[in-house]
Amino acid sequence: MMELVCPAGTPAALRAAVDAGAHTIYCGFADETNARNFPGLNFNRAELAEGVAYARRRGAKVLVAINTFPRAGAEDIWHRAVADAEAAGAHAAILADLGLLAYAAEHHPNLRRHLSVQAAAANPDAINFYANTFGVRRVVLPRVLTVAEITAINREIDVETEVFVFGGLCVMAEGRCSLSSYITGKSPNMNGVCSPPSHVQYVESRGELSAKLGGYTIQRNGKDAPAPYPTLCKGCFSSQDKVGHVFEDPSSLDASDLIPALAEAGVTALKIEGRQRSRAYVAQVVRSFRAAVEAVDKGLPVPPGTLASLTEGQAATTGAYRKTWR
Amino acid sequence: MQLTVGPNMYFWDAAIWRDFYLRLADEAPVDTVVLGELVCSKRLPFYQHHFQEVIDRLRAAGKTVAMTSLALITLKRERKLTAELVDMGLEIEVNDLSTLPLIPEGQPFSVGPLVNVYNEGTLRWLAARGADRICLPPELPLSSIAILAAASPVPVEAWSWGRLPLAVSSRCYHARLNERSKDNCQFICNADPDGRAVDTLDGDSFLAINGIQTLSASCANAAHQLDGLRQAGVSALRLSPQFRGFTRLCQMFRDLIDGRIDADTLSANALPDAPGGRYADGFLTGHAGVDWSAEVKRAGLG
Repeated sequence: MMELVCPAGTPAALRAAVDAGAHTIYCGFADETNARNFPGLNFNRAELAEGVAYARRRGAKVLVAINTFPRAGAEDIWHRAVADAEAAGAHAAILADLGLLAYAAEHHPNLRRHLSVQAAAANPDAINFYANTFGVRRVVLPRVLTVAEITAINREIDVETEVFVFGGLCVMAEGRCSLSSYITGKSPNMNGVCSPPSHVQYVESRGELSAKLGGYTIQRNGKDAPAPYPTLCKGCFSSQDKVGHVFEDPSSLDASDLIPALAEAGVTALKIEGRQRSRAYVAQVVRSFRAAVEAVDKGLPVPPGTLASLTEGQAATTGAYRKTWR
Repeated sequence: MQLTVGPNMYFWDAAIWRDFYLRLADEAPVDTVVLGELVCSKRLPFYQHHFQEVIDRLRAAGKTVAMTSLALITLKRERKLTAELVDMGLEIEVNDLSTLPLIPEGQPFSVGPLVNVYNEGTLRWLAARGADRICLPPELPLSSIAILAAASPVPVEAWSWGRLPLAVSSRCYHARLNERSKDNCQFICNADPDGRAVDTLDGDSFLAINGIQTLSASCANAAHQLDGLRQAGVSALRLSPQFRGFTRLCQMFRDLIDGRIDADTLSANALPDAPGGRYADGFLTGHAGVDWSAEVKRAGLG
């Protein structure tokens, strides 16, 4: 059966995901070492150890995302995170930075290393480089590849691949985007945040609601229309005579229909985005995807979606998995 | 302090491309020039027949020449192209890490601004692997640049002029805006020799697109940060090509470094040709990248 890798932003979400049938949970420490560094989210050291024990008793594994790029002069914070992940009994650390991978391979050789999507390893040369140089055992593929490309990649590599199937969708190659820091000073790579709520402002004028990020209008809706969160790359802009979602519509990824194709492509694990989500959301998505991977394992079709209600009124897309997206 | 000309990010007609570099060889007081295609492999066949002539002319003028890798390598054709690039025997500037395993151990290479070098561990690892010059990511503040330059066994460069390369995608925005598929783009990015502006709904300049690349609307300008970059131990300023007035701009930066003009003079004289017509240096000062320190100072806020 394909492995289902599920998000947990809190210990309660971790337990909910395990109980709902997640094979694997990923989470991070409550600091800048992970790419979902939001207030009130993530784990302290004791919570991680308890979470690992809870998961283990039920046959599930825990991965720790240490996937931002260590700050110059402060690498010890990231080094400690790797040591503490190993001490807590994590199954693997999910890493993105070259220097941190080298450090982990040298100082914590027994801690399994996964390559974060933030490393954006988008072809077999890159993946084999990380595997051969740092002993990486699994690669989370960037959301820029088609299913055909994933198939081709798996033919040329010896490590496992994990792909995103549900949740937020990066339009840009992950870990290679500084749009957020250009406008707000805070970025995924350096601070573990993108388009942070601290820089969002809503302004009402003439019956319209503008959502601003760092003082720039990202979208404008009718006062009573649903207003998606103003993530920079999903905003509405103008360019010459065109007005619209220049980069991407405010849609989220749902590749559940593609699970059989992804299995066929040699993918080991399916990943659900959303460590910032509630435990109720996590439980519902996990249950639905567990049923889907079980069905696919038995050669049955993917059960019809129950997930539409979870995309927050946004359109769902299969993203880059279909070539026409480009 | 040296000057490095980064790879031209845009798609220009071959004759214009050739003239740009020949003029650079003959007239621009720069030390290193990085050639090649960074953004889209489909552009290369249009101008690559001019490479040898341009390389010869730049070298005859005493300039170091390197060739960039693509920023995002996904297609088989692009991997093959990258391998061929390495076989050319010129120094490669790695702007996608998948280029690295293609470079034999012991062969020097340089690291471009699109590789994530945020800390000492990564920088030392790359230097040990053979990097002989590293251009740091434009996102880094001066405080980090100083730590990295101090820890670096090799020269470190900082992004100092030109629209900031903020993101790459597998999606081509030029094609998308023209309702064309990426495979049938008809090379529409050629119409925007400094990128195509993207504004907010309020009409504020915001970003610019260039094929699969997203750039800042404002033109990065590190002139006011020269002292800080010097103190940080930066060895070279990187200037990114623009369609108009670039040779003159290189001269202005040389004059700034040598103390013949000041930052205000450079900024005023270079503005008419600067892409976007506005400046930013907020990444260097540790603020939002779009911020411009001279404006803050004038407003009495700094």
